[in-house]
Amino acid sequence: MKKPIGRFIVLLVALAMAGLMLYGCPQQEEKKAETAAPAASAPMAAEPIKLGVAGAHSGDLASYGIPSVRAAQLVVKQRNAMNGISGRQIEVLVEDDVCKPEVATNTATKLVTDKADVVVGHICSGATKAALGIYKESGIIAMSPSATNPALTQSGDYPNFYRTIASDDAQARLQVDFALDKLGLTKLAVLHDKGDYGKGLAEFAKGFLEADSRAEVVLYEGITPGAVDYSAVVQKVKRSNAEAVIFGGYHPEASKIVQQMRKKGMETIFISDDGVKDVTFIKVAGEYAEGVYATGPVDTSKNPIAVEAIEAHKKEFGEDPGAFYLNAYAATQALLNAIEKSGSTEFDVLKKTLQSEWVATPLGIIKFDERGDAIGVGFAVYQVQGGMFATIEM
Amino acid sequence: MDYFLELFLGGLTRGSIYALIALGYTMVYGIIELINFAHGEIYMIGAFTGLIVISVLTLLGWNTVAVIVIAALVAMIYSAAYGYTIEKIAYKPLRGSQRLSALISAIGMSLFLQNYVLLAQTSNFLPYPNLIPEFTFVKPIEHIVRSTEIVIYIATALVMVGLTVLIKFTRMGKAMRAVAQDRDMAMLVGVDVNRVISFTFIIGSSIAALGGVLVASHIGQVNYYVGFIAGIKAFVAAVLGGIGSMPGAVLGSLVLGWTESFFTGYISSDYEDVFAFIFLVLILIFRPAGILGRSQTDKV
Repeated sequence: MKKPIGRFIVLLVALAMAGLMLYGCPQQEEKKAETAAPAASAPMAAEPIKLGVAGAHSGDLASYGIPSVRAAQLVVKQRNAMNGISGRQIEVLVEDDVCKPEVATNTATKLVTDKADVVVGHICSGATKAALGIYKESGIIAMSPSATNPALTQSGDYPNFYRTIASDDAQARLQVDFALDKLGLTKLAVLHDKGDYGKGLAEFAKGFLEADSRAEVVLYEGITPGAVDYSAVVQKVKRSNAEAVIFGGYHPEASKIVQQMRKKGMETIFISDDGVKDVTFIKVAGEYAEGVYATGPVDTSKNPIAVEAIEAHKKEFGEDPGAFYLNAYAATQALLNAIEKSGSTEFDVLKKTLQSEWVATPLGIIKFDERGDAIGVGFAVYQVQGGMFATIEM
Repeated sequence: MDYFLELFLGGLTRGSIYALIALGYTMVYGIIELINFAHGEIYMIGAFTGLIVISVLTLLGWNTVAVIVIAALVAMIYSAAYGYTIEKIAYKPLRGSQRLSALISAIGMSLFLQNYVLLAQTSNFLPYPNLIPEFTFVKPIEHIVRSTEIVIYIATALVMVGLTVLIKFTRMGKAMRAVAQDRDMAMLVGVDVNRVISFTFIIGSSIAALGGVLVASHIGQVNYYVGFIAGIKAFVAAVLGGIGSMPGAVLGSLVLGWTESFFTGYISSDYEDVFAFIFLVLILIFRPAGILGRSQTDKV
């Protein structure tokens, strides 16, 4: 009995070691790729432009950060092959913040000392916030592919912050704008499923509606997910005389509410989120789904730049890209484009260029608003028409 | 006034749905003092069976009324078979042991059935066709109450009357009452206890299946998890009314349905469940055996 167990342990250890080796390999490759780029540029006379890439590159959340490193490297490689920016080569500085705010300050300080001109990152909202103050003091612009916390741009505390992902409240903003500007509604009911996602969206929608003098929130309620029926809530909506319901939540509840409203002869407009923009919703609600509006991410899968970026990743790394890859790709492109167009890495000049110059990225053609959110990135309104989600032009 | 009426009828619908499930809970508890947690799953299986039958028969081009009647019947028979089998597999072997063992067996059965349906069918929500015809006499009051809801009220009322007749006036009903009062004594006087218990499970399961088909038609969707929540609510209703008592189960269900409906309508739906359970606690403080429950002294 003893021998097989011993052999088993040996096997286990050997496997674990093999695993470590496999795990170690790609990281080494990345290191090589980083150093390879500046090495090639060494003969060039001009000083290289330094692009910092910060985020979680190890630890639990590494899968969110590694794709942005790869995206930056691929874009830079492409640029350098085409003589860089006005003859200056680009150098990538990679720094890990493990997604922890306390580490992120060190990461930022390191990048500042290494004289990074611009930074792609960070990845997590908390770490990004911690690092932004340090970049701000040194006049460095940071562009995150993934930090969605609304306050990062809306508080106005970080004029040096940009992002190529829509903030958490962008959907609610779009829903409200759509309801008020496009549909011209004045009385709205806001419902949610009491979950983090649904309630969060509903709270933003309610806030935006209250801030706008054109409309009034006539009902704000949480429903119980999975309840047997929602007739009481539906009656309440009817009694409130709301012209439309904005619902934050997922499709099972949405389809129940829509069906019960329609069966009771109510034609109240129903506007929901990407938790509802799902084919299952149409399948379950059937004919009652017709006319329902839902916001969802803008479809970029057919964008030729996105297709090209994904192909480049597959070729270089032999696998499909991970989370936020296209956002990071777009961020790198936007930053390099701004440096090229303005011919400078000065804070004020870059800021102005980012806000004025449109740039073609995998996410579409984008520029940034004065707060730092990307215009043209994010969500679109869809409507169920003939059993399919059709994009509605705003 | 219209609003009040709408909430009243909405609550009545909910209450009737709970009642169809709660009856099964309370019958089983009355006979063998077991809380059959798998009962909600029987309801869900009933709804699924109905859906399958409806899909097949609709494909064959049958008349809709015939389809819904046959679907309900098949669902009831199939679920009754499940109820019967569950009792034989999971509860009968444990009849002599502690009550806790049977309870845990019931919870296990519930999880097993949920996951079985999840794997055998799908985890997605499925659309459920509403085949109950729109009655012409409902047209003028359609904004308040729909035909499906009226069918649910009628079905619940019929089930109640039927069960009362069954228990009060038939031989089997007499045997059930005897077993409920004292199982050992009933056995001594020649009542076939096993048969009575099986019969109880069969009746309870088929009522739950009927509820499943009606509710799924009413709300238009079904998935493997619907039985759990409905089962918990129905269990609360049964306790509220006094578990073991059949009029109590119906009364408790209606009270719970109305409580939820009026609370949502006049106050807020955010705390719907909180309020429902506070109500339960209050009732149990003042009437520990439930609204219609008899407080029993322990048989020594």
